[in-house]
Amino acid sequence: MIYREAGDFKTSYVDDSQTFPIRFDRYGYYAALVVAFAIVPFVINDYWVNAVVLPFLIYAIAAIGLNILTGYCGQVSLGTGGFMAVGAYACYKLMTAFPDVSIIIHVILSGAITAAVGVLFGLPSLRIKGFYLAVATLAAQFFLVWLFNRVPWFYNYSASGQISAPEREVFGVAITGAETAPWAAYLFCLVFTVLSALIARNLTRGMVGRKWMAIRDMDIAAEIIGVNPLRAKLSAFAISSFFVGVSGALFFAVYLGAVEVGEAFGINKSFLVLFMVIIGGLGSIFGSFAGAAFLVILPVFLKIALADHAAVSPVSNALATLCLAIFGVALLLFLAHLVLRVFGRRLWKDLGALCGIVALIAFFAYALLSGGLGWPTDIVAHVQLIIVGALIIVFLVAEPHGLAQLWRVAKEKLRLWPFPH
Amino acid sequence: MKRHLIAALAGVTMMAGPALAELTIVDLSYRTGPYGANGIPFSDGYQDYFTLLNERDGGIGGEKINLIECETAYNTEKGVECYEATKGEGALVYQPLSTGITYQLIPKVTADEIPLHTMGYGRTSAKNGEVFKWVFNYPANYWDGASLAVKHMMEQAGGSLEGKTIALVYHNSAYGKEPIRTLEKLSEKHGFNLTLLPVDHPGQEQKSQWLQIRREKPDFVLMYGWGVMNQVAIQEAVNIRFPMENFMGIWWSGSENDVKAAGDRADGYKALTFHNLGSDYPVYDDIQKYVVDTGKAAGAGDGIGSVLYNRGMYAAMLAAEAIKTAQEIHGVSDITSQQMRDGMENLEMTEEKMAEIGLPNFGPEFKVSCENHGGNGFGAVSQWDAEAGEFKLITDYFQSDQEVIQPLIEEDSMAFAKENNIEPGC
Repeated sequence: MIYREAGDFKTSYVDDSQTFPIRFDRYGYYAALVVAFAIVPFVINDYWVNAVVLPFLIYAIAAIGLNILTGYCGQVSLGTGGFMAVGAYACYKLMTAFPDVSIIIHVILSGAITAAVGVLFGLPSLRIKGFYLAVATLAAQFFLVWLFNRVPWFYNYSASGQISAPEREVFGVAITGAETAPWAAYLFCLVFTVLSALIARNLTRGMVGRKWMAIRDMDIAAEIIGVNPLRAKLSAFAISSFFVGVSGALFFAVYLGAVEVGEAFGINKSFLVLFMVIIGGLGSIFGSFAGAAFLVILPVFLKIALADHAAVSPVSNALATLCLAIFGVALLLFLAHLVLRVFGRRLWKDLGALCGIVALIAFFAYALLSGGLGWPTDIVAHVQLIIVGALIIVFLVAEPHGLAQLWRVAKEKLRLWPFPH
Repeated sequence: MKRHLIAALAGVTMMAGPALAELTIVDLSYRTGPYGANGIPFSDGYQDYFTLLNERDGGIGGEKINLIECETAYNTEKGVECYEATKGEGALVYQPLSTGITYQLIPKVTADEIPLHTMGYGRTSAKNGEVFKWVFNYPANYWDGASLAVKHMMEQAGGSLEGKTIALVYHNSAYGKEPIRTLEKLSEKHGFNLTLLPVDHPGQEQKSQWLQIRREKPDFVLMYGWGVMNQVAIQEAVNIRFPMENFMGIWWSGSENDVKAAGDRADGYKALTFHNLGSDYPVYDDIQKYVVDTGKAAGAGDGIGSVLYNRGMYAAMLAAEAIKTAQEIHGVSDITSQQMRDGMENLEMTEEKMAEIGLPNFGPEFKVSCENHGGNGFGAVSQWDAEAGEFKLITDYFQSDQEVIQPLIEEDSMAFAKENNIEPGC
């Protein structure tokens, strides 16, 4: 219907090879940018910025970085947390050493410093790959965290070993520190995220990206057709680390403001970013965003739906009851379907799946409409772990290319709809 | 606000949150993760005391207490999320029970004008109220703890630590590193050697540290640990047959959870404390009657009377007393967070007050003032009696070496003021 190529003619190669060749996609993208830059800053508040949007934007940059290395170039890395720490500490040292230089320059320089460190730890990738490389980057993770804990110079000899971001401004507007306005921190990170995505997208579809992908798909074949593995792999490590370093700098300076290296940049961070890339989709810029959004928003969503409890209006109470009824019916049908299947019968082919999905949606709609279920917080925390863990398994089994692939398939289907054959 | 999220997702407008005429207390708890075993009893105690006030007295000064719990898992990012999610509900005071989260929140609460009470943890130099106007850490802090431990060890060694060695086994984070500078000063003053043995988060891996202790045979071991790290350390100490009476933990390393796993051999382990132990107080009868028996207890209700439950309850009691003080000062019952700060700053804990509450001789007497947000640094030493299965106080409350600590606090807080362009003053 509206999502189609018919009538959308391309008259040049440039038109044909653009990122969003379908007009509807392209306008959607422009609209999203306009909303993000021109509308969101006016409506955003502290809670949204600090709980959802900033972590999403910052993790998206880290995911783009890791996606370049792991998704595009095929070099498995478990050192993301360590490289983020390099970005954060570089930013801290620069901020305190050169207080008059703009924070924008500090963040970019932090990325450059991380790129250098990344290349250093990328050197083993020339000799080893796969699991062995994963272990080598894991060593980088532990080494870097140990280093920042061990050497007091990195945290300016402070008594606690914490680094905290002093107040810095861009065009007279505070970007770091407690007095930062929500919109300022948001816009600052948004600019970096959009630029990162643009750069990454264009790198990956140019010659550099093709070399990476050649190395990823079969390094020996790539070498034979003239790709220099040394330059391809090290450039992937450098550029990937650059983005990861930028995200680490923003994570420390803009989002948290004070950081303890072992906790903020521990091995968990490496895994978190890796999960974002896996769930989002390896080798996809959109996937980096989808994965980051998913893993940042899901815990907050579950917490609001399950753990909180707030007073609500009668209207939403009535709607909640309705949702509960729908949930009950759908669940019963789902169970009935399961029972029938055990006896080898089927009512309708897709009924089970449909009822399961409806039951799930109805349940969360009920939870949200009734202002949260008020479950004990520890149970919700465990439920979060279960759900995230289960999702990773499900994605690895059912759709290894992640949310990005689901999105791609959905778009393919939409383009053909309503004539699937 | 999360209301907006609900509204946006559901497409339904919601009414305002909970009724406004309530005293909102947020419990940033952690019942999961490697620190959960210690986070649970603290949170239970914190919540049960407020539940008791609601059930028995109808709240404080006629205002019901609205308790919100938010799970942080001892994780700073989640702690920040919890803070942002709850501050709009009119939270009066935050007690995050995590030095990491405290460091995140200090600038935020200062900007938002909500008091932060970090009882026995957090940033030690926040004791200087002239710089840290919204942060309180009474009744004692980490540096007090270091000094108290050294004082006790000196007594144990017969009055002098000259030539002795003290090993500090610490959590390799802001929390564990806090006492190092104080201990260095004290080692200069008393002439003992200091060995530093960091243990990385979460603290299960300590073999090499204890190997070093076995080799070097320090005279005393002081531990700044938390969560699973404590249990492992005490087990390791038992394994290398380190004399338990020479092994002492800070107050966060001295709960039943920490010693029970090591069995009878942990007998004699010492830990500092800034409040009394056991459940032999009138207030526990009320908790049993109004909270446990009515089924309103937080958690499983099995930790009542344990060290950390008592500490959580003590924290809640201090918050409740500060609310009362604020209500008296401002003559209103429905106080704001700004008024709460005045209540905390003018808090005075006397023996009569504590006896009246039902906790006679439970904690040291102290008085908070604008200059001094940290109390007087009184603490006591407790010792684990494996046979009886409880910690027992073996000393009276004694004061830390203020001569050493006060200049350090001055120096550190002034450095913070300079970094952040704060004009110190009352």
